Amino acid sequence: MTEFVYFYRGYEAPASPEEMQKKTAKWMTWLKDLSDKGHVKSLGEPLLPVGKVVKGKKKQVIDGPYAEAKDVVGGYSIILARDIEQALEFSLGCPIFEDGGSVEIRPFGQLD
Amino acid sequence: MEMEEHFFRHEFGRIVAALTRLFGVNNFALAEDVAQDAFCRAMETWKLRGLPKNPSAWLMATAKNRAVDILRRQRTARASQPELTRFLTSEWTLVPTVEEAFSTYAVKDSQLRMMFSCCDPLLSEEAQIALILHILCGFSVKEIAQAFMSSHAAIEKRITRGKKILAGSTKLFDLADADLPARLSSVLQALYLLFNEGYHGSSPEAAVRMELCQEAMRLVNLLIEQPALVTPQSYALAALMYLNAARLPTRLDGSGNLVSFFEQDRSLWDHNLIAEGQALLNLSASGTELTTYHIEAAIASMHTSAARCEDTDWTQIVSLYDMLMAIHPSPVIALNRAIAIAQLDGPERGLQEIHVIHDLDRLSSYPFYPAALGELELRRGNYPEAKAHFSTALSLARNPTERNFLQRRIDTCKN
Repeated sequence: MTEFVYFYRGYEAPASPEEMQKKTAKWMTWLKDLSDKGHVKSLGEPLLPVGKVVKGKKKQVIDGPYAEAKDVVGGYSIILARDIEQALEFSLGCPIFEDGGSVEIRPFGQLD
Repeated sequence: MEMEEHFFRHEFGRIVAALTRLFGVNNFALAEDVAQDAFCRAMETWKLRGLPKNPSAWLMATAKNRAVDILRRQRTARASQPELTRFLTSEWTLVPTVEEAFSTYAVKDSQLRMMFSCCDPLLSEEAQIALILHILCGFSVKEIAQAFMSSHAAIEKRITRGKKILAGSTKLFDLADADLPARLSSVLQALYLLFNEGYHGSSPEAAVRMELCQEAMRLVNLLIEQPALVTPQSYALAALMYLNAARLPTRLDGSGNLVSFFEQDRSLWDHNLIAEGQALLNLSASGTELTTYHIEAAIASMHTSAARCEDTDWTQIVSLYDMLMAIHPSPVIALNRAIAIAQLDGPERGLQEIHVIHDLDRLSSYPFYPAALGELELRRGNYPEAKAHFSTALSLARNPTERNFLQRRIDTCKN
């Protein structure tokens, strides 16, 4: 098994508490299913949509996560898959696509 | 671990109420923002990490921390409710005051006061209900519009205006106010209408309607749990809701078809709700005032206490309808009274009673008026008349469920 990171990009706040609850439940179901099958190394962490970016030789400081809302990383998880094809297949059930978001799948660099 | 149904929605109402008490009603928009923010954080965190041990406490803690930050930094306290300003401007009392506002007792108290604030006499009943659903029950404008089969723009307008009226005062309604009795009766009326919208409303989705009934019951429970507020009238309203809600499960059959009251499977009625409703009805029998809630609850209880439809005490029901007509006459009540008379004295008598209803024209768009005529003609064996009435009813049907039901009644007339 190889480890992959899923970067969840794109953030859209649902319009009502009921929709938030439904969305939360969908994510929990999706990750639990992957987890039950032994494909989750770490559920990862959510990232709040605030922060600072330090940039360039002048170390310019910018507020907020720099990218546009649809590209902001909202969290990550570490997934175990046979290969990138399988990691891709697992990502297809992610509820983020319903909100026009994306999952970026990246393998870790290997030392040996 | 799974979240309770509508957990977010209910917690949202609680948290907004607590925050409004802290920030002042004039800063309601800020309270909403802080609550929204807490819920976004909950969603973002829980969706990856799963539910915390105590989701409710997690949300409250997040909202509390934000509230303390805001009150400390922006000194919004100056603009907040006079009753709390003193405690919020001093660093010594700030955190304990915020903690206190989120205690179980204070949250309930804030919800109640918010409910009373929403029933401002400057607002129409429709606006009061929309505001209650939005603020206390966490419904979005879109969800309210769907539930009421109303346009998004119309609901938005009601809520915007409602919020403006709310923001006109700094404090939530004071339960020690001299206006309490009058305001309480507006609150009861709003909850009654909310329940009825669920029970008789036009939304085609049974689930939506069930939710509206449940919300009304949740809020009426807040009222009757508060000893200082509970009146025979509140008990009667609660009884009426419980006894009617007990019959909700049988109004649609397994395929989602509307089932005529006379054909419902009574073994499927919710007997726990019936028992609770009956207990509430007993509690309501004190004082000197007999309200429409009392009588409607008594009628509901006549139905729920009859094991079979044939066992119903129609004499008693007709006399309860007579009382209702004496206190609060309306064409819909008159129609129901006529139907009860038909049960007691036959369809001809029922039809006679329908024909003498005052303001019959007010029922001209109500599908169950021609449907009642159709039903009684059908019982007399007048198939062509019955069919014509059911066809009129069909043309007035408000949703597919009603249309299906009426189409099936028309089909019955062919035999």
